[in-house]
Amino acid sequence: MSNGQPPLDNPQIRRLTPVLEPGYTYASVTDKIASIVLTRPMSLGWLAGFTLSFSVLMMLTVSIAWLIIKGVGIWGINIPVGWGFAIVNFVWWIGIGHAGTLISAILFLLNQKWRTSINRFAEAMTLFAVACAGIFPLIHTGRPWMAYYMFPYPSAMGIWPQFRSPLIWDVFAVSTYGTVSLLFWFVGLIPDLATLRDRAKSKTQQIIYGMLAMGWRGSARHWHRYQSAYLLLAGLATPLVLSVHTVVSFDFSIAIVPGWHTTIFPPYFVAGAIYSGFAMVLTIAIPLRKAYNLEDFITMRHLENMAMVMLATGLIVAYGYFFEYFMSQYSGNKFDLYLTQMRFHGPYAHFYYALILCNILTPQLLWFQKVRSNVPLLFLMSLIINLGMWLERFVIVVISLTRDFMPSAWGRYSATVWDYATFVGTLGLFTTMMFLFVRGLPAISIAEMRELVAHSEEHE
Amino acid sequence: MRDQRSHLYGVVGEFASASLLLVAAAKARDAGYRHMDAYAPVPVEGLSEALGLRRNKVALITLIGGLLGGLGGFGFEYWVNVIAYPLNTGGRPLNSWPAFIPVTFELTVLGASLSAVFGMLALNKLPQPHHPLFNVERFKRATNDKFFLCIEAHDPKFHLAETAKFLQGVQAQHVVEVKDDD
Repeated sequence: MSNGQPPLDNPQIRRLTPVLEPGYTYASVTDKIASIVLTRPMSLGWLAGFTLSFSVLMMLTVSIAWLIIKGVGIWGINIPVGWGFAIVNFVWWIGIGHAGTLISAILFLLNQKWRTSINRFAEAMTLFAVACAGIFPLIHTGRPWMAYYMFPYPSAMGIWPQFRSPLIWDVFAVSTYGTVSLLFWFVGLIPDLATLRDRAKSKTQQIIYGMLAMGWRGSARHWHRYQSAYLLLAGLATPLVLSVHTVVSFDFSIAIVPGWHTTIFPPYFVAGAIYSGFAMVLTIAIPLRKAYNLEDFITMRHLENMAMVMLATGLIVAYGYFFEYFMSQYSGNKFDLYLTQMRFHGPYAHFYYALILCNILTPQLLWFQKVRSNVPLLFLMSLIINLGMWLERFVIVVISLTRDFMPSAWGRYSATVWDYATFVGTLGLFTTMMFLFVRGLPAISIAEMRELVAHSEEHE
Repeated sequence: MRDQRSHLYGVVGEFASASLLLVAAAKARDAGYRHMDAYAPVPVEGLSEALGLRRNKVALITLIGGLLGGLGGFGFEYWVNVIAYPLNTGGRPLNSWPAFIPVTFELTVLGASLSAVFGMLALNKLPQPHHPLFNVERFKRATNDKFFLCIEAHDPKFHLAETAKFLQGVQAQHVVEVKDDD
């Protein structure tokens, strides 16, 4: 077993950095992962992290309570910028979720062994990110208790939703995405829940995990159908994940606002989503493997592969930015041309330059193997890319809305303290759920790690 | 000791590896046993064939769920926006079908996914909180590192002593009888 730093200078050795360090058996894999949940005492670090996250979560509840009391006027939104932080944050969070599905579904279909040890917490990340994302459109409606109007139900008023509206598409895309992600995650968890049930140290644990495991006993008949269902879910989740951010991009591109009405939005939104999502997976994986000594399971190979995916998707995003610029010049449309001018020279130009720095320039460092294998640097870069992707959505929403067709309709936007409190609050919600997750459920799939052990035994 | 067949669920043997289990399952089938099941902490390649399992119906159920979701979704949108509550938006046709596709797609995926998961659980008869095998202390390791083969008492060829001997003959360890609760 290694100390987490295999000799990386020799490319021959590096290529062979395994997805699981050698020497593990079924039992030792089970032991190591299950012990994080079942036997490990609560550490001071966990308690401190959880307490901090929970306090930030309380800030979210206060912000939402105040919002419900006073209305959306506590935010910086105005006419013409009706969307503001709420939509910026919504798109940011939902994009983050995409990497989880990409890892669990697309890499599964492509038979990528390195997905195994990161898929569970990446899927959890998806669920929590979708939960954070869902809050924003809901509270942005102004009267969230009326949000059920968006669902088609036989109302006494005799009205029905407008299915030609991208906002209704959004309702269906996001709720389907949340549901399917939950199903996929839960199906993956069933064998592990049975493992936890059978190793439970207390009656309470046994009852809780036992109920969740639903009586799974590893029967060959069950596995037979389970594998079919899992494969089908992966096949279904793959087009779904591509559709979700496409639909989110339709919220913009169906409108005629300059800077939004462009056909490059769907692919470039999807690439951006995966880009930010992988950054978030790294942001979680690096502290997680350190805190729970999981370097043998989440090896340098995983971190490097994720860095390479970030580089690739980052280049697609850069291509998207370039073509936004090119198409505005090529179109000769004066509103589009003016909007591009505003991105470079307008009142929010510093956001645009920061965005270029975070999303296009910084990731170019990932071309270097030395950077990809430098864990602290990777962590820092993942944070920068997360910030950059947030700025991207800010640029799209705010610059376009403050500079549309009529100068008389132009305006300015600045966020209030409640905007920031709500946004930071959802970070608290996200990390709180993440802290609870790593202690309550196996953060790495035990059953799939055993398959990896079986696989590496075959090759010996 | 009760040895009436009505209280007996079967005989279970433990194996140290997947390959031993595969061999044992194939031999048991050759010996004429039909009502049996294998238990493993990982899906074992070739085990379904060794046990003679037929193709499962999960894919079919998923297809039906997807079709229902998609057709139902589009039909519902059509009914809402053309029949129940027609809205003229910019002079576009009421049945502006391209605009109905995103929701149709999402509902197809939703219908198929729900059917895949709940279809799989229903075919597996889960949730099933209790199973006679849970009475066997060592069976806990079926979700950890050991493999099991259980020949069930309602198999026509089942005979407590001989079946147990058979399992020992195919290198099973800790062969024990499994009792069903009253």
